[in-house]
Amino acid sequence: MKRKVNIKSMKYEDFNDNEYIEEMLKELRENGTNVIVGCLDDVIEWGRSNSLWPLTFATSCCGIEFMAIGAARYDFARFGFEVARSSPRQADFIMVAGTITHKMAPVLKRLYDQMADPKYVVATGGCAISGGPFKKSYHVVDGVDKIIPVDVYIPGCPPRPEAMLYGLMQLQRKVKAEKFLGGLNKGISEKEYERKMREDTNTKEDIKEYDESGLA
Amino acid sequence: MFDFGIITNWIHTQLTSLMPEALAIFIECVIIGICLLLLYVIIAIIMIYMERKVCAAFQCRLGPNRVGPWGSIQVICDVFKMLTKEIITIRHSDKMLYNLAPYLVIIASVTAFACIPISRGLEILDFNVGVLFFMAASSIGIIGILLAGWSSNSKFSLIGAMRSGAQMISYELSVGLSILTIVVLTDTMQFSEIVMRQADGWFIFKGHIPAVIAFIIYLIAGNAEVNRGPFDLPEAESELTAGYHTEYSGMHFGLFYVAEFVNLFVISSIAATIFLGGWMPLHIPGLDGFNAVMDAIPGFIWFFAKAFFIVWLLMWIKWTFPRLRIDQILTLEWKYLVPIGLLNLLLMVVVVVFKLHF
Amino acid sequence: MKYMDNIIDIKSKLAAFDAVWSEKGDGRFMIPVSSFRKAAEFLRNEGGFDFLRSLTGMDWGEDGLGCVYHLENTSTGENIVIATADRNRDDANLPSVHDLWKGANLNEREAYDFFGIKFMGHPDMRRLFLRDDWKGHPLRKDYDPSLNPLNMENEVADDDAPSYEMTPDGSYILKRHPLFNEEEYVINIGPQHPATHGVLRFCVSLEGETIKKIDPHCGYIHRGIEKLCEASTYPQTLGFTDRLDYLGAMQNRHALCMCIEKAMGLQVSDRIQYIRTIMDELQRIDSHLLFISCLAQDMGALEVFFLGFRDREKVLEILEQTTGGRLIQTYNTIGGVQADIHPGFVKKVKEFIPYMRSKMNEYHDIFTGNVIARKRLIGTGVLSREDAISFGATGGTGRASGWACDVRKRHPYGVYDRVDFQEIVLHDGDCFSRYMVRVKEIEESLKIMEQLIDNIPEGEYQMKVKPVIKLPEGSWYSAVEGSRGEFGVFIESHGDKFPYRVKFRSTGLPLVSCVDTISRNAKIADLIAIGGTLDYVIPDIDR
Repeated sequence: MKRKVNIKSMKYEDFNDNEYIEEMLKELRENGTNVIVGCLDDVIEWGRSNSLWPLTFATSCCGIEFMAIGAARYDFARFGFEVARSSPRQADFIMVAGTITHKMAPVLKRLYDQMADPKYVVATGGCAISGGPFKKSYHVVDGVDKIIPVDVYIPGCPPRPEAMLYGLMQLQRKVKAEKFLGGLNKGISEKEYERKMREDTNTKEDIKEYDESGLA
Repeated sequence: MFDFGIITNWIHTQLTSLMPEALAIFIECVIIGICLLLLYVIIAIIMIYMERKVCAAFQCRLGPNRVGPWGSIQVICDVFKMLTKEIITIRHSDKMLYNLAPYLVIIASVTAFACIPISRGLEILDFNVGVLFFMAASSIGIIGILLAGWSSNSKFSLIGAMRSGAQMISYELSVGLSILTIVVLTDTMQFSEIVMRQADGWFIFKGHIPAVIAFIIYLIAGNAEVNRGPFDLPEAESELTAGYHTEYSGMHFGLFYVAEFVNLFVISSIAATIFLGGWMPLHIPGLDGFNAVMDAIPGFIWFFAKAFFIVWLLMWIKWTFPRLRIDQILTLEWKYLVPIGLLNLLLMVVVVVFKLHF
Repeated sequence: MKYMDNIIDIKSKLAAFDAVWSEKGDGRFMIPVSSFRKAAEFLRNEGGFDFLRSLTGMDWGEDGLGCVYHLENTSTGENIVIATADRNRDDANLPSVHDLWKGANLNEREAYDFFGIKFMGHPDMRRLFLRDDWKGHPLRKDYDPSLNPLNMENEVADDDAPSYEMTPDGSYILKRHPLFNEEEYVINIGPQHPATHGVLRFCVSLEGETIKKIDPHCGYIHRGIEKLCEASTYPQTLGFTDRLDYLGAMQNRHALCMCIEKAMGLQVSDRIQYIRTIMDELQRIDSHLLFISCLAQDMGALEVFFLGFRDREKVLEILEQTTGGRLIQTYNTIGGVQADIHPGFVKKVKEFIPYMRSKMNEYHDIFTGNVIARKRLIGTGVLSREDAISFGATGGTGRASGWACDVRKRHPYGVYDRVDFQEIVLHDGDCFSRYMVRVKEIEESLKIMEQLIDNIPEGEYQMKVKPVIKLPEGSWYSAVEGSRGEFGVFIESHGDKFPYRVKFRSTGLPLVSCVDTISRNAKIADLIAIGGTLDYVIPDIDR
C-alpha cells in the first residue's frame, strides 16, 4: 500500500521536514496490512485528516492569532478545521496557544485527558514550546511537552497565521500517515477502562468515598 | 402535476401479484424505511454543507473548499471522523439514560421528518390527524435533550437541559397555535390535503392577514423549537461551552448535531407545506400560460426550493442576531407570541366564518 | 512634571502622622505602620483622595516589607504617594485599607501572595495568583525557586477565606469565613471557557439562572513578569510589556519607556512623540475592534465577530509594515522607536481613516441598533460612578459610569495636549454605555490621527542613549491610557542597571474586582455580556 500524504494546493516538496513523514510512512509500509483493511484505513485517514476540529483553548497572545486564523482573512475552515468546539469531548486537537503556568498545568492535563481519542496536540508559540521569554520564571512550564505529548510545534512569538496554517497542514499530513485500524483504535474493554480511569484520577481512599448511586 | 402515487401503486400491484399481501407490505415498509433513512442522511449532509457555505458567505469567508469541488464532500470527511472517534463513558453518569438520549432525539427527528409530503404521492406518514402526529413526534426530542443534560452528571449540561426544557415546551405552544390557524382555514389535519387545498393559491395569500401573522409566529417559534440562534440557549457556546451535549463525544454527539440540522429542515419544510403550498407550483389565476410553465416544474423541486429558502432565511437570522437571555425568551413567548397567536386564531375563525378569505 | 504640586500643603498636614518626606524620584511620604491607618483615613475622607491608582508591595530588605500607595483626588486632580513598611520580615503585617478603597481588596491579596504581608482586617486573605499550596512568596528577595517544582496534582482550592484581626496586645487572631454555603449550586466558569477571554476562573453561585455570588480566581497565566524584570537590564524589561496586554502592546511599552525616560531625565524629540501617539491610537482602534468582535461573539452574533476581524487586519497591516509585528510590536525603545516609519505609512493611515469611518455604520446597523443586543446590554451590569472610582475601574468602563478618567486628559503625555479630541463620558454605567464608549472612541482616535498624520515633524527617531542604562536612586510612576484603562508603570531603582522593583498597574485587575459587585442578581447570560463589556485581558491581570 502506498499512502499519499499530499495536501491539496501545497506541493509535497514545498514542505520542510519531509523526513519525519517519510519515516512514518516507511514504518507503516514495513508493518504491512492487507489490501482491504489498508483501503478502508486510507479512507478513514483521508476523512480524519480533512476534518480536524480544534478546541477553543487559548491562554495568551497566540490565542488572538488563533482567532485570526478562524476569521475572515485567513479562514481555516477552508481546510476543514471548521468547527471550533468549546467542549473538549468533541474536539480533535488542542492548540496550546500561549504560556502554560504551574497553576494551569494540571488544568491543561485534565483538558487533554477529557478529549476523546484520537487526539492531537499542537504547541503554538515560543511559550508553549519552551517557555519562551518567560523560561526563567518561577511559575512557567518550560514546554508543554513535559506535560502532554505534542504532535506539531509551531514556533513564533506569536506565530503568524500563515505559520499556523502551515503547522496545521503538517498535522493533517501526520494524520494521513497514521494507521487507524489496529493502530490508533486499540480497543479496551469497559472494565479495563474503568480500572484505568480510577488509577488515573483517584487515589485509593477516594474510591470508597464515592456514592455509587450516581449522585456524586 | 405528476402523481408519484402511480409508481408506488404499480410497485404495490407487482409485489402483491408475486407474493401474499402481508409479505408485500412488509417488504414495502422495509424499502420505505431504508429510503427514508437515506433521504434523512442526504438532507443532513446537504444542510450541514449549506450551513457552512452560507455562514461563510455572511462572514466574508470562503468556507470549506479543499475536499472535493467547492469543498462539497467536506461533510463526508466529518462523518468518517465522527464514526471513528472514541465514545467516552462518563463516570457517575446514568449510563442507560446517557446512552439512550441521543437516540431519542434522532428518533423524534426521523419520525417528524417522515410526516413531510415531498411531492404528490410521496408522503410516508399521511393520515387524517397528521398535524397532531407531527406535533407529538417532534416533541419527543425534548425528552432526549432533558435526559442528555440530566444524565451527564455535569452542571453545565444540567443548566442547558433545564433551559431547553423551559424553552422548547413553551414554544411548542406557539408552533401549535400557528399551525392550528391554518387548520381552521382548511378544516383538515392531513398534510396532503392541506397541500391539495392550496392548488389555487398558497395559504399565505389566501388567508392574508391572519396567515401572514401565523407565518411569522411560526418562523420565530419554530426557530426556537429547534434551538437555533438567536434561541440557541440550551447549547449557548459562549455561556455553557456546549450545553446539554457538553459531555457527549464521537457519534453520540454526531447524532445531536445531525438531528439539529434536520430538525431545522423539518421545521422549514412544514412552514413551506402549510404556508407556501408545499409541492404546489405558484399559480396566478387568469394567467394560464404562466401556470402551465409553473406546472412543468416537478413538485419535489418546488418543495425543496421553498424549504431551503426558509432554511436560508433562518440561517441568515441565526448568524446575524445575538442570543436572547432566558427570561427574555420566556417573556417573548408568554407575553407576546402566545396572546398574539390566540388572537390571531380568533381572527382566522372570524375570517373563515364570514368567508373573508380568498 | 506636575506630579505632586500640592505637596507643601499636604506635607504639613501629614506631619501629624509622623510622615517622612523623601525627594528621590517622584518623591513620597513614608508613614510608620502605627499611624498609617489613620493617615490613610485622613487622606481618603478629608483629603478627598478617592482613587487608589496603584498599590505596590515592596521588599526593602533590611527596612522590611511594605507597600507603596499612589493616590489621586479625582475632583482636583491632586496626586500623592505614600508608603509604609513593617521591619519584621518573618511576620510582616500592615493595616488593610480595603474598606477605604475597594480596589485595594485584590491588590492587598496580591501583595500577600507575592510578599507574605498580612493585612489586618482584610476579609479574604487568600493567595490571588499562585496555588493555595504554594510555598513561600516569590517576589521577596530571599525567595528560593527550588521550593516549588512543577506540581501536576490537581489544585485543591480552599473552601474558606482566612482573615486576620489585630488584638490590643499586638498579636493577631486568624478567622476563617466559608466562601460558599453547603447548599449553594456553585459552578466553575473557566479557567477553560470560551467567554472568559482567556484563563480566568469564576466560581459562580447560582439560584436557577440568577447569580448570587462570584468568586474570581486569577493566576492561571501568571508568568512572574515583575520578578523577571528585576533580573533584566532596563532595555530587556521592554520585551515583557508587549506580552502583558497584547492588545495594547504599543501603549504598554510606551508607558515603560516614558517611565525610564523620566527617570533618566531624557526628553525625546517631537517626531518620536508624534509617532508614538499615532501608534498608540492605531493600537487602540485595533483593540476596540477586537472588543466589539469578542462581545458580539460572546453574545452569539457571530457575523460581527468576522466584520471586526476583517477591519482589524487593516490596522495590523499598517502596523506590520513599520514594526514587522502583528501583535507583539517591539517598537518603542528607551529614547525613541526601533525604526523610522515606513515610507508608505502616512499614505496608508490616510487611506484607513475614511475606510474605517465608513465601516462604522456597518457595526451600528448590525449590532448597535439590533433590538436583541440593546435589550441585553441596556440596564445590565450597572457600575455606579462611586464604585468605579473606588475600584479604580478606569478606561472605557470608568468613562461609561460618568468618571472622566482618561489619562490622556488627566496627565497628558505624548502630544495629546496638542490635539483636539473629546473625552467620551457616558453616565448610565451599564453594558451598553461601556460598548458605546468604545465605539465612539474609535471615532475619536481617527480624529486624533487625522490631526497628526500630516504634521509629523522631521527629526531623529532615536535619541542618543548610553549602551548601559543606569537609573539614579528613586522611584517613578508613569501612566498611559491603555486600550482598556490606565496602564501604569512603577519603577524603583537603587542606582543599578537592573531595576529594584518594577510594578505594572494592571488595567484589568480592578475590572475583575468589580465583577462580583455588578453581576449580583444578574443572569448567567448577563455575566457573559458584563465580562465582554468590561473588556479585560487576562495576561494583563495576571502578569
